[in-house]
Order: sequence, then structure tokens, then C-alpha cells
Amino acid sequence: MEAAHTHDHAHGHDDHAHHPTGLMRWVTTTNHKDIGTLYLLFSLTMFFIGGLLAFGIRAELFQPGLQYWEPEFFNQLTTMHGLIMVFGAIMPAFVGFANWQIPMMIGAPDMAFARMNNWSFWLLPPAAILLVSSFFVPGGAPAAGWTIYAPLSTQMGPGMDLGIFALHIMGASSIMGSINIVTTILNMRAPGMTLMKMPLFVWTWLITAYLLIAVMPVLAGAITMVLTDRHFGTNFFNAAGGGDPVMFQHIFWFFGHPEVYIMILPAFGIVSQVIPAFARKPLFGYASMVYATSSIAILSFIVWAHHMFTTGMPAAGQLFFMFATMLIAVPTGVKVFNWIATMWKGSMTFETPMLFACGFLFVFSMGGFTGLVCAITPIDIQIQDTYYVVAHFHYVLVAGSLFAIFSGTYFWLPKWTGHMYSETLGKAHFWLSIVFFNITFFPMHFLGLAGMPRRIPDYAMQFTDFNMIASIGALGFGLAQLLFVAAIVKCARGGEKAPANPWEGADTLEWTLPSPAPYHSFVTPPVIK
Amino acid sequence: MISKWVQYFLAALIPALLPGIAGAERYNLQAPQSLIAHEIYDLHTLIFLICCAIFVVVFGTMTYSIIKHRKAAGHKAAQFHENTTVEIIWTVVPFIILIGMAIPATKTILAMKDTSNPDITIKATGYQWKWGYDYLHDGVSFYSSLATPRDLVTDKSPEGAKKRAEHANYLLEVDNPVVVPVGKKIRVIITANDVIHAWWVPAFGVKQDAIPGFVRDTWFRADKVGIYRGQCAELCGKEHGFMPIVVEVVEQEKYDQWIAEQKKKTAANAAASGTMDGKAVYEKYCVACHGTGVAGAPKLGDKAAWAPRLKQGQEVLYTHALKGFKAMPPKGGAADMSDAVIKATVDYLSAAGK
Amino acid sequence: MLNQSARYFVPDPSHWPIFGSFALLSMASGAALWMNEAAWGKFLLLAGVCVLFFMMFGWFGTVARESEGGQYNQQVDAGFRWGMGWFIFSEVMFFAAFFGALFYMRVLSVPWLGDVEHKLLWPDFTGQWPTAGPGAAEKFTPMAAWGVPAINTLILLTSGVTVTIAHWGLLKNNRKQLIVGLALTVLLGMTFLYLQATEYHEAYADLNLKLTTGAYGATFFMLTGFHGFHVTVGTLMLIVILGRSIAGHFTAEHHFGFEGVAWYWHFVDVVWLLLFILVYWL
Ligand code: HEA
Ligand code: HEA
Ligand code: HEC
Ligand code: CUA
Ligand SMILES: [Cu+2]
Repeated sequence: MEAAHTHDHAHGHDDHAHHPTGLMRWVTTTNHKDIGTLYLLFSLTMFFIGGLLAFGIRAELFQPGLQYWEPEFFNQLTTMHGLIMVFGAIMPAFVGFANWQIPMMIGAPDMAFARMNNWSFWLLPPAAILLVSSFFVPGGAPAAGWTIYAPLSTQMGPGMDLGIFALHIMGASSIMGSINIVTTILNMRAPGMTLMKMPLFVWTWLITAYLLIAVMPVLAGAITMVLTDRHFGTNFFNAAGGGDPVMFQHIFWFFGHPEVYIMILPAFGIVSQVIPAFARKPLFGYASMVYATSSIAILSFIVWAHHMFTTGMPAAGQLFFMFATMLIAVPTGVKVFNWIATMWKGSMTFETPMLFACGFLFVFSMGGFTGLVCAITPIDIQIQDTYYVVAHFHYVLVAGSLFAIFSGTYFWLPKWTGHMYSETLGKAHFWLSIVFFNITFFPMHFLGLAGMPRRIPDYAMQFTDFNMIASIGALGFGLAQLLFVAAIVKCARGGEKAPANPWEGADTLEWTLPSPAPYHSFVTPPVIK
Repeated sequence: MISKWVQYFLAALIPALLPGIAGAERYNLQAPQSLIAHEIYDLHTLIFLICCAIFVVVFGTMTYSIIKHRKAAGHKAAQFHENTTVEIIWTVVPFIILIGMAIPATKTILAMKDTSNPDITIKATGYQWKWGYDYLHDGVSFYSSLATPRDLVTDKSPEGAKKRAEHANYLLEVDNPVVVPVGKKIRVIITANDVIHAWWVPAFGVKQDAIPGFVRDTWFRADKVGIYRGQCAELCGKEHGFMPIVVEVVEQEKYDQWIAEQKKKTAANAAASGTMDGKAVYEKYCVACHGTGVAGAPKLGDKAAWAPRLKQGQEVLYTHALKGFKAMPPKGGAADMSDAVIKATVDYLSAAGK
Repeated sequence: MLNQSARYFVPDPSHWPIFGSFALLSMASGAALWMNEAAWGKFLLLAGVCVLFFMMFGWFGTVARESEGGQYNQQVDAGFRWGMGWFIFSEVMFFAAFFGALFYMRVLSVPWLGDVEHKLLWPDFTGQWPTAGPGAAEKFTPMAAWGVPAINTLILLTSGVTVTIAHWGLLKNNRKQLIVGLALTVLLGMTFLYLQATEYHEAYADLNLKLTTGAYGATFFMLTGFHGFHVTVGTLMLIVILGRSIAGHFTAEHHFGFEGVAWYWHFVDVVWLLLFILVYWL
């Protein structure tokens, strides 16, 4: 994907004379780079809040007995940790990447709907305020799990309403953001950038955005039904009125399962940019990567009930959802194999982005395998709602999504800030993260197998030692993240000047721009050979 | 530098895992005590091993590549980026492996679902936060709640930790366990009263959500006499961590004896609850919330809190108390009380609030 | 325009979005308060709605000015088309959730509740649709299809024809046809809403059919209610477009604003047809 761009750069740095400055620049901005930065900073903040709540969980679970929190507050911690991490940290981070990178990678001047783009972001702070403020209303924050299963969620106090409205607003933000991304990708590619020439990150986001537009409205529907059941006397989830609590789970997971792929496909995209760059070798099997991503997206719509094997569905249902779920291992496997084939006979170096990408491959796959174990219905009967599942999804979410976010951040920081990050800090961040990550979450497999349920504030004696290990690991993992912040701050404030393309093997369009990328790039579209 | 960190990692990991090495069962599913649990156990072992094998092959390759094909080792990058043959192979081979996993899994699913011809049928009902059991053909009914004292759970002193460690079956003990005969097919019909719970006994390979207003069923046949413990496995509110399940498997004769005793008790209970007055019910059930104002419950005798509620009229209060209202559970959780008794309790509460 | 690319339109910084964010924050917190017995919450909600309307006026006004100022070329226009198409897709999925709920209750959960297994809990329930559920004490009458709903079907179908006539007028540069067609569509939309209101009144007053009437009431009112809300929004959009047409906006070549609204209207129309068949008729 070679590109020669014809416009001169001096023109790119246009004067900002009539543009607002200071805070108003950020509030009113229509610039995809500004908005990308806002998304990323928002996500980092929420990651720390969510992490703090996680630490509250791990502190309570350090030893048996109720140490710090009342059980109802513990449930609030668990619920809010899940909600904040999923909707506040991981998803906005990927949208931040999309904002920064997609226009640059396809040679467009900005997003298709730049004003709406601003709104998509600025909906998030109000949603976060609503969500977090629910801790301070009578009855406290939502405590029914991030899955807000009815009818437990219809029992909660006003905090649940705040949570529901926050989700509505975040959903609106996601839908607008996704419409923007899809339109940008479909309509604003530079001449010559055919679909099958797009960088894989752009492809994965195209598919992710499609998933988001398809399922966020379904979540909105589900939580609206909870709201009307709570306050307006509908009986969607009440058997006495002919409804069914399990129906909530069907609607929720129809959203929820694609949602977990929403949180991993952009990660796949980032890793697919990073590995070829540091292997100095083109991505292996580009076309099959695209097909595999699409297959994962399509399959993700027909597997939702694997979260519901214990609700007691007919055997035919269990079989169907088991087979469909297992099938997803095939396209995911194709991706893993393609990455390894990209590394094979490359000329690899291991700067921080590559370290995180390799860490991702290794540890995400372990999470994938435990997912497959969950997919086998009879086994899931034993491990559903235990720490085995908690281990599974932290392997795919933390070592999957989050590590990919780290990888992408280090990869593109030079382009964003114009400086090189500190390789020492980055490497330390990686090694501490991967070590403490495993110390935290690996023992949870054992806990789950041996029978420790999830979402409990206190546990039986035989689970003590592994919980202690996990809590110690969590402290280490949390502290290690301070290095990430240090690396970002240091890089943003100065450091070695970054060349236009600091990575030998990176060949997508953004690397043809100077570092930092000019405020307006590709005002004249580049020519794609 | 890298290798140094790896050494630290291993150095930290091994002592960290040592305490657990004492017993292998802590790394695996609990020892199976029923046919289904056995099948699940074996299925898990099989799939675990297959996954390990794939993992070793795939990441062995990756590690090899990381070591050999690095720039520092002087490796020059090849430029191939496609090969239809290998891509077909690594699509088809996993598919075949998956079929190999799916076949035994399918057999187990079908066996799990076969609840026909039970010897004994028990109805288990989830309540916030205890289990109710009805032996449908013997007319035996009782509740089963956590037996571990609350003080022990909340004791934050160093002695507390010690006492907990010495307390046998901390959090896994109940006042009235389910008793079943060994070697008999037990069908459990599962439902709930308020929110979703899940009835789970790992040793029998049984876990079934309890869904309010619906019935589900599952079955097991215990291999051996013994006491088997499980927990509620679906988040059901604040005491979700404190509603264990204990199943005592006994010889048939002991079971028959037990049933006879229980029949007497159940009859006595039924007689007693019919005669309880509002005050007694309040003190048994409602005081938990209305005594302290938990979750915004109007306190007994708190006139300011009751005034707006009384305005709604007694009928509304009755329905809210019977059917539940926001954080107020149906019948205040006293599901075994008759409607009339609950209404009397509402009268008691509202009289005190006037 | 400095940051004006040759092919795309990149707008200047805008303060409208942040108004929208404040509006939603105040609407959401107001609604949450109101629902939890803090009566003043409704004023907060109302204030939010006002700010939202203010924002929409400002925002869409800017868009209309930019459009009339000739800043949207073909490429930008294509972007709007994609955007509107995907937006309608998201709306389809929103309705799908509620149609899914209807399907689930009618075909699955209600019959389950009436089957032999569930005699244990609900001894007298037969599992027939329509139903207010096994625990319902009161009787109700379901809404008949061949009265007002059938008329409403005709109205919406006709309104689909009238927007198309208006569109033809625009394409032929026949302003009168455009304006009359749009005005008729608006009128039909309002009539639909009026009839729907009388239908709701009848349901509550005569049929004892309420939002609280179990599975039937919940799906009936939520589906028709959300549809009615969409008709309201559609009618408002049509009024705006009508106003712009009267003000001489749009050309035969360049009128995405009109088309977007027309698409939306057709979408609302199709949803109604599904509603008519699945909620009222079958
Ligand atoms: C990023 C998010 C993410 C991702 C990518 C996945 C990926 C997968 N998940 Fe996971 N999952 C979650 C997030 C995610 N999950 C979350 C958050 C929950 C819990 C929700 C809650 O209850 O709160 C959950 C729960 C969950 C359950 C329910 C467990 C329960 O509650 O009882 C199941 C069951 O089937 C499951 C299965 C899978 C499978 C089969 C995959 C597959 O996609 C994995 C595929 C990958 C591989 C298999 C590895 C690589 C493949 C190869 C190397 C090829 C060769 C392999 C073979 C032939 C085996 N997941
Ligand atoms: C989406 C991403 C995501 C991420 C990144 C994480 C990150 C972490 N998660 Fe979580 N988690 C979920 C998603 C995620 N989680 C979900 C969806 C659930 C299910 C919720 C439910 O059941 O409803 C869950 C549930 C969950 C549980 C189970 C709770 C229960 O069942 O009761 C636990 C328990 O250990 C846990 C732990 C952790 C830890 C230790 C981290 C760590 O990785 C966090 C590390 C980060 C920090 C610690 C913050 C940064 C550092 C500082 C603030 C500096 C200071 C720090 C210290 C002094 C420690 N998570
Ligand atoms: C788990 C806690 C809990 C228990 C146990 C409990 N209540 Fe309540 N109750 C509440 C709460 C919380 C409210 C306030 C609901 C609200 O208005 O938000 C309430 C409100 C009420 C009301 C007023 C309802 C109204 O319309 O305002 C009545 C009457 C009542 N309870 C009766 C009872 C009786 C009788 C019992 C025992 C048989 C009981 N409660 C047990 C939590 C409880
Ligand atoms: Cu009952 Cu959890
Ligand atoms: Cu899933």
C-alpha cells in the first residue's frame, strides 16, 4: 500500500486563527484527531476508575470473611466494574483509535460527519456522570451484575435507573460513532484504495461498526423493557403477566455476545498492523483475514445462548448453540495461524508494541481455549457462573482487548505526539503486566473448577490461597499500569523526535505523514498505487 | 534483560503455587459422584488435553519463530504472504478436531436431559436468600438456610480469621440439608419465588437456574453415601454468597426414617403458622428490613415514612406487601405465610405508623 | 473555508453538540428523579427537552444553510445517504428487539406457562394468546384489527403515496406538487396520530386494556407506542421539510434532506404494516 501524496505539508498546518482555543477547542472540535485524543483520555480515566473498583473487589476477596464492604456494596463494585470497563474503558478506547487512525489510513481528511463525531464523544461524559453518580443515590449503584438480569434488576433502587439511562446514552454514542465510521470507510477512501487494499485495522472496524449498529439498539430495547417493568407496570419479565425472566437474557445476550466480539475485533485489527510492521514482512493471508473476521461477525449472531446453558433450554437448543459456538474457533484459529505465519521467517524486533502483540497472541489464545471449554455444554453446566468464566473473560478482555490497546498506543504514540516513547518504560510496563496478569487471573481457573461461584463477597476456606495470590497479582497489575501513564505523559511532553516512520516495516498511509501528524491531513487525497 | 525477568517470574510463580500443590483436586473439577458428573469430568479432561496439545504445537511454532527469525539473530525477512494449501489445512484440521469434541459432548447432553422415571421427585424453590424443598410425594416441606453464624462472617478481628479457618464447612453448611437415598434417581424440579437463583451441586454435575414463575428440572443419582455441598450460582441480591445447598446421601433405611420424622414436623409447622398474629410475623420476617430501614424500607412506627404510604389506602398496601414493591420482596420473603396472615401484618405495621 | 477539502466537507468547530449533551444529561437525571417520586424531576426533564429542541433547531439550521450554500457536493451527499441508511438499520434493530419479545412471549413463554409441567405453579392457566398472564385477575378485550387500525393502515399507505408524489414534483421542479404532496403527508400523519390517540383512549376506557395488562398489554402498547413516537418524529421532520420547501430550498438534483425524511417515513410505514399483521390481526 504505497502512497505518494501530492499536497504540501506546510499547507496542512493551517492557522487556527478563527478556531476556539483552550477548553473550547476541545468542546467544539470537529477534528478527528482531537476527538480521538478525547476518546483515549476518557477511556484511560475510566480504566482507572474501573480498576479501582476491581481493586475493591480483590481487597475484599483477599481473605475469607467480610472485611471491608457490606455484601450489597460488593455487588455494586462488581457490577460497576464490569459496566465501566466494558462501556467506559474498552469500547471508547477502540473508538479513539478509529478516530485517529481510520481517516489517516484511508487517506481521508476527516470523518464523514465531523460535527456528529463531536457529539458521539461528548455524550460519554454525561453518561459516565450518570453511571458513577449512581453510587451516591439511596440504595446505591446498580448491583445486578453488568448483565443486569431481570428480575433482580427490577428490584433495585434509583441507581438502576441512572445506570439504564447511562447505557441508553452510551448506546446512542456508539451508534452515531459507528454510523460515522462505516460511512467514512465506505465513502471517503482515497481514490485507488479499494476495499481489499484497506489496512486490516480499517476492515476490522468496518465489521465492528456494523455489529455495533446491529446490536446496540437491541440492548436499548432490553433495558427499556427493564425500565418499564420497573416503573410502568409492564410484565415483560414477570411470569405472572405471561412474560419470562429468561427472555431478558435472550435479548441481552443477542446484544451481549456480539458485544464481546466488538471488544476484540478492533484488537485483532491493531495486532494485524503491528505484527507485519515488526516482522518486516507483509501480513500473511490478508484475504483470509478479512473473510475470517466477517465469519466471526456473522457467527456471533447465532451463539448468544451459550451464556444460558443453565437456564434449562431444550436439548436441541443446547446442541445448536454449542455447535455454533465451537465453530467460532475455526475463523479465530485462522487469524492466529496467519499472525504466526506472518512472524515466520520474518526479521523480527521486539519493541514494546510487538511485545504486547506477542503477549496478546499467547495469552488471548489461552482465553480462547477456555472459551471453547465453556462452549461445551456439559462442562459449562459445571463452570457457568464460577471463577472459571471470570478467568476466561479476563484472559480475552485484559490480555486480549487491553493488551492490544497498549500495543496500539505504543505503536502510534510517535505519530500522535511526534516523540518516541521511552522504550525502557514500555518494556517494563509489558513485563510487569504480563507477569502480574497471569498471577492475578491464572489461579481463577482453579478456583472456578473447584467450585467457587462468581459475584460473591465471601468464600469457603478451601479457596483462600488462590484468592490471595489473585489479589496480590491484582495489586501488582494495577501498579504496573502507572507505568503506562508515565510512558504516555513522558512521551506527550517531549523526548526524542519521531521520524515520519519510526518503524522499518510499517507501510500504511499514516506513516507517510510527518510526526506528529498535521492537524489536517490528506486535505488533498493521496494517490494509491 | 528479558531472560532475567523470566527468571523472576518463575521464581515468583513456583512458591506462589506451592500451597495448592497439596491436593490435585484443587486444580480440577471436584471429585465426581454421579454418572453425569463422571462424564463431565472425563469430557473436561479430554478437551483440556486437546487444547494443551494444540497450544503446544501452535505456540511452540511461534516461540521457535521468535527465537530464530529475529533481526538480532541476523534473519532476513522472506516476502511470502499467501499459500492457499496451508490455509485450507488450518481451516479444515481444527474443524475436524472440533467434531471430535462435539460427539462425546452431544451424548452427555442427551443423558443429562433425561429426567424420566425418577424414584423420588423433589421441588427446590429459591428464595432471597434460602432454599425451600418439597418432597412432592411425601408431603414433606422445609427451608434450608445458611448455618454459619453471621458474627463469624463479619468478625474482622485476627481471632475472627482464626475462628473461620477452624470452622468446618465455613459458608457451606445449612440448618436443614436435603436428604436422599443412595443409588436412586432423584429428579429435582426447580423454581424460584423472587429472582433467579441456581441450584448447583458440583459433585453430581447438576446446575439448574431457578426461574421465578417457571419450572425446570434436572436429575442425579448419587454413587456414594456422604455429604455434598454446593452454592447458589446465580447472582440473586446481597446474600447471594450465603445460600448454600447441602445434600446428604444416606442408605435407604435411614432415608425412610428421616422422611417419617419430617412428615411430623411439616404438619406441626403448618398448624403453627396458621395461628401467628401480625406482630409475631413482623418479628419473624419483616423486622429484618422494617426494623432498620434497609433499602429504604419504612421503619415500624416511623410516622413520616408511613404517612404518604398510608394515603394510598390499605388495599394498595396489601397488594404491595403480597406481590412485592420495588425493593420490598413479595410477602416480605415469608412465602409460606397465607395472604390473610400477611394482611394482618400490614395492619399491624400501618397501625403503628398512624 | 480553510479546512475545506476538494472532495469532502469538513465543518468548522461547533458548539451545538455540547448543548445536546447537556440536554440528555438533564433529561436522563430528570426522568430518573421523576420515576423515583421526586416530582421536580419532571421540570428537569422538560428543561432538557427544551434544550434538545433548541440544539436541533440550531444544528439543523446550520446544516440547511450549509446545504443551500452549496457546500455539499455529490461525495458528501453520498455520505449522507450511507449515514441515513445505517441509521434506519439501527432503528430496524430496535424494533426487532420488541418484535422479538412479542414472538418469544406468544410462541414460547405463554404456551410454556400453560403446559402440564407448569400446572404445578399455575394450575388454571391455559396458555392462550392474547393473555394478561397466569397471575392476572382482571379481564380485558384485545384490540380489534378491522376498526381504527385498518383505517390507520390505509392512512399510512396513502401517506407513502403522497410523499412519493411530492418527490416526483421535486424531480420535475414542480414546486406546487411538492408542497401540496408534503402538506397532505403531514396531514395524514397527524390524522394517524389522532386516531391512535382515540384508540388508546378506547383501550383504557372501554376495553380495560392497559400497559399493565400482562404480556399482551406490554407488547401492544410498547410496540404501537414506539411506532407512534416515530410517526410523531417523522411528522415533525416532514413539517420542517415542508417549511424548507416553501422557503424554496432543494433542487431537482440536490435534495437529500427531503429524501432522508422520505426514507424515514417509508420505514415507519413498513413497521406499521408489520404491527398491523403481527399485533392486531393475527
Ligand atoms: C473479548 C471478549 C471475548 C472473546 C473474544 C470471547 C471468545 C469466546 N468466548 Fe467468551 N466471554 C466473554 C468475552 C469474550 N469471549 C465474556 C465477557 C464472558 C462472560 C460474560 C458474563 O457472563 O459476564 C464470556 C463468556 C463465555 C461463555 C459463557 C460462559 C458461562 O457464563 O457459562 C462461553 C460459552 O460458550 C464463551 C465462549 C467463548 C468462545 C468459544 C470464544 C471464541 O471466540 C474463542 C476462539 C479462540 C480460540 C479457540 C483460540 C485460538 C484458536 C486456535 C489456536 C485454533 C485451534 C483451536 C481449536 C481447534 C480448539 N464465552
Ligand atoms: C472489559 C474489561 C475488564 C478489565 C480491563 C478488567 C480488569 C480487571 N478485573 Fe474485571 N471484570 C470485567 C471486565 C474487566 N475487568 C467484567 C465484564 C466483569 C463481570 C462483572 C459482573 O460480574 O457483572 C469483571 C469481573 C471481575 C471480577 C469478578 C467479580 C465477581 O464476580 O464478584 C474480578 C475479581 O477478581 C475482577 C478483577 C479484575 C482485575 C483485578 C482487573 C485488573 O486488570 C484491573 C487493573 C487496573 C487497575 C488496578 C487500575 C489502574 C491502577 C491504579 C488505579 C493505580 C492504583 C492501584 C492500586 C493501588 C491497586 N473483575
Ligand atoms: C428485604 C427487606 C424487606 C422485608 C423482609 C420486608 N419488607 Fe416491607 N418494604 C421493604 C422496602 C425496601 C419497602 C419500601 C419500598 C419502596 O417504597 O421503595 C417496603 C415497604 C413496605 C410496605 C409499604 C408499601 C407501599 O406501598 O409503600 C408495606 C405495607 C410492607 N413493606 C410490608 C411488609 C411486611 C408485612 C413484611 C413482612 C411480612 C415486610 N414488609 C418485610 C423491604 C422489606
Ligand atoms: Cu440465590 Cu444466588
Ligand atoms: Cu458469548
